[in-house]
Amino acid sequence: MDKFIQLKGLVAPLDRANVDTDAIIPKQFLKSIKRSGFGPNAFDEWRYLDHGEPGMDNSKRKINPDFVLNQARYLGARVLLTRENFGCGSSREHAPWALEDFGFKVIIASSYADIFFNNCFKNGMLPIVLSAEIVDNLFNQVFAAEGYKLDVDLSAQTVTTPSGEVFKFEVDAFRKHCLLNGLDDIGLTMQHQDKIKTFEAKHQQAQPWLFN
Amino acid sequence: MAKTLYDKLFDSHVVHEENGTALIYIDRHLVHEVTSPQAFEGLRLAGRKPWRISSIVATADHNTPTNGWDKGLAGIADPVARLQIETLTSNINEFGAKAYFPFMNKNQGIVHVVGPEQGATLPGMTVVCGDSHTSTHGAFGALAHGIGTSEVEHVMATQCLVQKKSKTMQVLVNGVLGKGVTAKDVALAIIGKTGTAGGNGYAIEFAGSAIRGLSMEGRMTLCNMAIEAGARAGLVAVDEKTIEYVKGRPFSPTADQWDAAVAYWQTLHTDSGADFDTVVTLNAEDIQPQVTWGTSPEMVVSVDGRVPSLDLAKNEVQRADWERAYAYMGLTPNTPINEINIDKVFIGSCTNSRIEDLRAAAAVAKGKHIAPNVKLALVVPGSGLVKAQAEQEGLDKIFIAAGFEWREPGCSMCLAMNADRLESGERCASTSNRNFEGRQGQGGRTHLVSPEMAAAAAITGHFVDVRGL
Repeated sequence: MDKFIQLKGLVAPLDRANVDTDAIIPKQFLKSIKRSGFGPNAFDEWRYLDHGEPGMDNSKRKINPDFVLNQARYLGARVLLTRENFGCGSSREHAPWALEDFGFKVIIASSYADIFFNNCFKNGMLPIVLSAEIVDNLFNQVFAAEGYKLDVDLSAQTVTTPSGEVFKFEVDAFRKHCLLNGLDDIGLTMQHQDKIKTFEAKHQQAQPWLFN
Repeated sequence: MAKTLYDKLFDSHVVHEENGTALIYIDRHLVHEVTSPQAFEGLRLAGRKPWRISSIVATADHNTPTNGWDKGLAGIADPVARLQIETLTSNINEFGAKAYFPFMNKNQGIVHVVGPEQGATLPGMTVVCGDSHTSTHGAFGALAHGIGTSEVEHVMATQCLVQKKSKTMQVLVNGVLGKGVTAKDVALAIIGKTGTAGGNGYAIEFAGSAIRGLSMEGRMTLCNMAIEAGARAGLVAVDEKTIEYVKGRPFSPTADQWDAAVAYWQTLHTDSGADFDTVVTLNAEDIQPQVTWGTSPEMVVSVDGRVPSLDLAKNEVQRADWERAYAYMGLTPNTPINEINIDKVFIGSCTNSRIEDLRAAAAVAKGKHIAPNVKLALVVPGSGLVKAQAEQEGLDKIFIAAGFEWREPGCSMCLAMNADRLESGERCASTSNRNFEGRQGQGGRTHLVSPEMAAAAAITGHFVDVRGL
């Protein structure tokens, strides 16, 4: 997994609550057996005016000029600013894969759906929770200033605005450690394999029917 | 110390804990074709093998067609979908599984229907699947949640999941549900009250006399929708109904093991005096048949209600949400729900495709016919076994005589990965779980209802209170 330490990036505002993973990556793209290449179809139904299917040449499709991520001022954004309950619905990890492939490394919202939130960390992405008031404030700043960038520092757990305003955010210590060091969960868990074996043996003795 | 059911299940599976992050042991790993290929590929690239093959039960459901089975795999017109289904087979052949029900096997079906009916889901288990509706299995007093593909790979490689303990919420529904009011209506009424983010960070235990009164099918419907309230896990305590349901299923314990299992399972309830972080209360008598009007399951009202007007929105963000929902759904505020005409009907999905659901829908459809404005009414059983049971009871004939199409099992139009879908602008009465934009097909408009309410809408061509039919 890629490390995440610090990033200063252009911010794109997606001003809606309850953005679900069906919207982030529609179901037809889930047929892929690969882990990459979902970026061109991130937000497919909002981003294009035609119906997208896997295998289409996306560069030839008709773009929806009204969709915020299509606006020239947000091209190349690395930070997605959005509203509460982002990533609700399906557990599809294709959603963070699509956002990451699109270019986003950081998401800022006042809350996330649990499974999506968890999936982000497995892919070197940082979903940041800030209060609804701060998120509101950031939306106003992004809309007001073209080229608006935020400086995100995971070690210090801070988001810094262009004017130097600093917002602290919380992050779970284990997840922070994994992101800062680019650690693969499986490798970490395997360090405990003796404990797993011991637990398993005891568990099997207590509930043998689980092992039939 | 008095413990909640969630505490008991979580604590009894902790392998290791450090700074509030635990490794919990996973008893059952359900696998389907959409969220597993990248996990198997990860194992392959790292030279890893599954930790415990006997924990894996797999089936193909999301992508499988619901007709044209006479042509076999060749009947899957979409080569990308076909490859994914074939890839599951080759991965299971390579890595192994306790059981695999491939496309067209008589036991194949929606993974959350197949698990319980095979006895692969048992009380006290930890159950995971790369699918958010894994919460369904909590109906058995099992700790069950959906996981992402990286976690699928992690569970395969280590038999464990990295977890932080959730907060606990008790949803208490006391009283007796009225006739024609189902577990689906209870689920939607709860989500209407808590909102789709209300359960974020929580494991929900459903309790109270109305929940104890539900069948196992009803409890599965309820726990299935826990994820739509934002909770990764839903739970119902074990009782005699749970034990009766599990008894005699192919993978259930037998003989001496059965008695020991039952003795343990009977401890799987919240102790009196245990504290929940949050308690939500509903009266069963207040719950009417529900119909969603918008693009989130929380946008729901009773069938005798109206599409809400903007002045009822709680804040600016919700106002904007509702305005987008009106436009997407082609509805204006204050429209009575029972004046909304429909184009299609879908009875199926991991929420409502079990035998009890099909019986209830068939009882409404019996001797009637779908309305002329209904272009398609699909009935998709949850599994091959549900289908066979329904046919044995003659339900298929009732549906077909009423103008419904009787299909092969699978996820079908719940998420429209296969050929079953809505066209843009089409409006559907659906027994599934999500009314998100585009969920059942780009531009499609989904209204979530119970099987009875879907059948009633099919017959009349619009939403109608099934209790008045």
